[in-house]
Amino acid sequence: MRFTNAAASYIDERTSISGAVRELGRKIFPDHWSFMLGEVALYSFVVILISGTFLTFFFDPSMSHVHYEGSYAPLRGIEMSAAMASTLDISFDIRGGLLMRQVHHWAALLFVASIGLHMLRVFFTGAFRKPREINWVIGFVLFILAMAEGFTGYSLPDDLLSGNGLRIIDGMLKGFPIVGTWISYLLFGGEFPGLVVIPRLFVLHIMLLPAILIAALGLHLLLMVINKHTQFAGPGRTNENVVGVPVMPVFAAKAGGFFFVVFGVLVLIASFFQINPIWNYGPYDPSPVSAGTQPDWYIGFADGALRLVPPGWEFVLWGWTFSFNILVPVAILGLFIVIVAIYPFIEAWVTGDKREHHIAERPRNAPTRTAIGAAGVTFYAVLWAAASSDLMATHFRLSIEGVIHTLQALLFLGPLIAFLVTKRVCLALQKKDREIALHGYESGRIVRLPGGEYVEVHQPVSEYERWRLVSYEDYAPLMIRPNDQGRITLGMRMRAALSRWFFEDRISPATKGELEQGGHH
Amino acid sequence: MSAQRGGIHHNRSSLKEREDHSTMGIDSTTKDRRRTRAGRRHPLASVALILAGLVTTGGAYALFTSTATAGTANTAIVQQQLVEEGEALFAANCASCHGANAEGTGEGVSLHGVGAAAVDFQVGTGRMPMAAQGPQAEQKPVQFTEEQIDALAAYVASLAPGPEVPDESLFEGEADLANGGELFRINCAMCHNVAGAGGALTEGKWAPALMGVEPKHIYEAMITGPQNMPVFNDLNLSPEDKADIIAYLKYMEETPNVGGFGLGSLGPVSEGLFMWIFGLGAVVGVTVWIAARAN
Ligand code: HEC
Ligand code: HEC
Repeated sequence: MRFTNAAASYIDERTSISGAVRELGRKIFPDHWSFMLGEVALYSFVVILISGTFLTFFFDPSMSHVHYEGSYAPLRGIEMSAAMASTLDISFDIRGGLLMRQVHHWAALLFVASIGLHMLRVFFTGAFRKPREINWVIGFVLFILAMAEGFTGYSLPDDLLSGNGLRIIDGMLKGFPIVGTWISYLLFGGEFPGLVVIPRLFVLHIMLLPAILIAALGLHLLLMVINKHTQFAGPGRTNENVVGVPVMPVFAAKAGGFFFVVFGVLVLIASFFQINPIWNYGPYDPSPVSAGTQPDWYIGFADGALRLVPPGWEFVLWGWTFSFNILVPVAILGLFIVIVAIYPFIEAWVTGDKREHHIAERPRNAPTRTAIGAAGVTFYAVLWAAASSDLMATHFRLSIEGVIHTLQALLFLGPLIAFLVTKRVCLALQKKDREIALHGYESGRIVRLPGGEYVEVHQPVSEYERWRLVSYEDYAPLMIRPNDQGRITLGMRMRAALSRWFFEDRISPATKGELEQGGHH
Repeated sequence: MSAQRGGIHHNRSSLKEREDHSTMGIDSTTKDRRRTRAGRRHPLASVALILAGLVTTGGAYALFTSTATAGTANTAIVQQQLVEEGEALFAANCASCHGANAEGTGEGVSLHGVGAAAVDFQVGTGRMPMAAQGPQAEQKPVQFTEEQIDALAAYVASLAPGPEVPDESLFEGEADLANGGELFRINCAMCHNVAGAGGALTEGKWAPALMGVEPKHIYEAMITGPQNMPVFNDLNLSPEDKADIIAYLKYMEETPNVGGFGLGSLGPVSEGLFMWIFGLGAVVGVTVWIAARAN
């Protein structure tokens, strides 16, 4: 005890760190399961760092040609790059190498998946609203970086599958008018595939991208501590406080345990399930392409976008080739991604709301936002599904043309339907909540009154439950008011129109007066 | 631009490519090495080769006939019986689509010249007799015994010459796995997938999975090119190359998957689905459990 005290004060006198530790130790975590998704992402990232470090000890990021002489018989004597050969060595000849490779790859899939789910949680509970808009953008950057990390890593073994992926990137780059070819030559150091792209991707994969990722991650966590967590409404949970457990010691212990749970799940999966069997794919060679060539799931939406383009969208005008089959999907994806990034600002502008929000909204209480989210998810899901169009065709005995045409139609109709249905469902749920808050639950008990009338007895809701049902914000469409020059600008009109679209249909929460009346009913 | 598009729309344009292969019935993706080797041969070499071939076969024939006249007479009778038996089977089971003399009808193609190998493959894998019109003949349980298939094959072969049922010796014994794997990736993977898991073609057709197919049927598939599959004749892939491919497929089938369950060898799609459903599912389950315990 004396020793730890002495050590603690030794460190504190030199770093004055105790203030920060105290501050951090008192940070409160609300305990709703969905608040732990970000943690899953963080822990899988740690697993990626650990397993990735192991892999760098043995991986040779070089495209020089060698003849494979390792222990996998069907490739022995085949000419391949040193990168591929060393990945095979990791898989077959280095103790624990295959497990580490599989842990690394599975963890990468979980990393991006948990980031995606975490983003959806933040979106659908409105946790991106002021003061957390900046952290949403940082989180978005993390998502993009995670995908970039994934893609560069997927390319490193220089096998047939990843080579095809790079070929697609090369084609996409070359699809850009004028600069495309130059950029492609720059990236590949000459004509595709060249001899430099793997070493370059390696530098990006293990140095530049992780460095930016870790910096952004630090900022993300710092802002989370500064802004505090959001929480769902409940008695004693207000916009001014956070209810939950402090970091020290309970949460820290739980989080430590949770890290090992995530690590354990990943190792378990990696020990029992094969991932990316590059020895089946063989070394990269520009001529063969395998049936069922797909990127990892998080790049699937981009692959799907390319597959959904109808044939014949390439024109030659004045001696230039315009590849709209590439430019259009790239533009649509770019637009989609930018909207995701700046959505908090769009919504803040439309609502005109400048207040801080620390209460997480239940998705039903923001019907339009939830509907927009559902439309976005549907759009993404259709693109994602399109990346496996060929597998859907073979496994469900469909024709590939039929699958593609259906998905093309769904790409436009799906989000529309999702929007309308989700909005109606949200409004209906709100209506039900209001009903319950006012009149209680239907108890299923039928009583016959003295006059002969039958009524169902309603069970009043508890205080606790009612709080949850009625405390949400009620926005009304913005009124157009002339500005100080007495004019109404176009921007104001647009804003009013959007605001009307957002809040026209709404169910107000039961007010205090109504609740009192409801009680006497 | 076309090479580039091959890379971008890898799926669709390679489908188109596959169609081209199959309609032309030749394989344009076979390694250049082979083509240059053939191209460098002196024009007179072929003539010399043919001459040599004629002399040796002629010699062998003379030898054979002189020593085993009695035997051939016997086999000829057996052969004749087999053809007759096949003819009867054919009339009962196949003629409705292929015509009484296998000349083809609106329902089925002509079988003149498809050879015994095609019949052995189609009937031996349960594709023929076809049950219902569809994009592609479905595989059903095999309906005939080994002898009946031989009889049908003998009958069809007696109509016009065509590829024969390959001898077992062609694909048994030592093989070069590495060569087989490379040839498979170059010639077959674009339709059948690198792991032989199968793949989609256009208009509801598909290339089937290749695990569990008998070596003889793999060989026959290559020399007869069923439906949308191109023919790989001995100039495209020599008999040794074919044997190597078969050995590679058998190796893939027999060796246990390295690194755990293969999830159908479908690549990133099944891996991604697995992670979303089971990986993330397990982890979210744990979070729900932890949060429930806390309350
Ligand atoms: C219901 C009609 C039908 C019946 C019955 C049927 N076939 Fe076929 N067969 C077809 C069709 C159609 C094709 C062409 C399939 C394709 O290539 O797309 C075909 C193809 C074939 C081929 C391949 C020809 C080639 O070019 O390689 C062979 C061999 C064959 N059939 C043999 C048989 C035999 C032997 C039987 C009887 C046991 C039989 N079929 C019964 C419809 C039929
Ligand atoms: C153009 C696409 C294409 C290519 C290239 C191709 N195949 Fe096929 N293959 C097919 C199709 C289509 C079928 C199904 C034919 C049928 O059902 O009658 C098939 C069937 C087969 C079968 C029968 C499978 C079974 O379940 O009975 C084998 C074996 C086979 N192919 C082997 C090969 C090999 C070996 C190669 C490379 C040398 C190859 N194929 C190249 C399209 C292709």
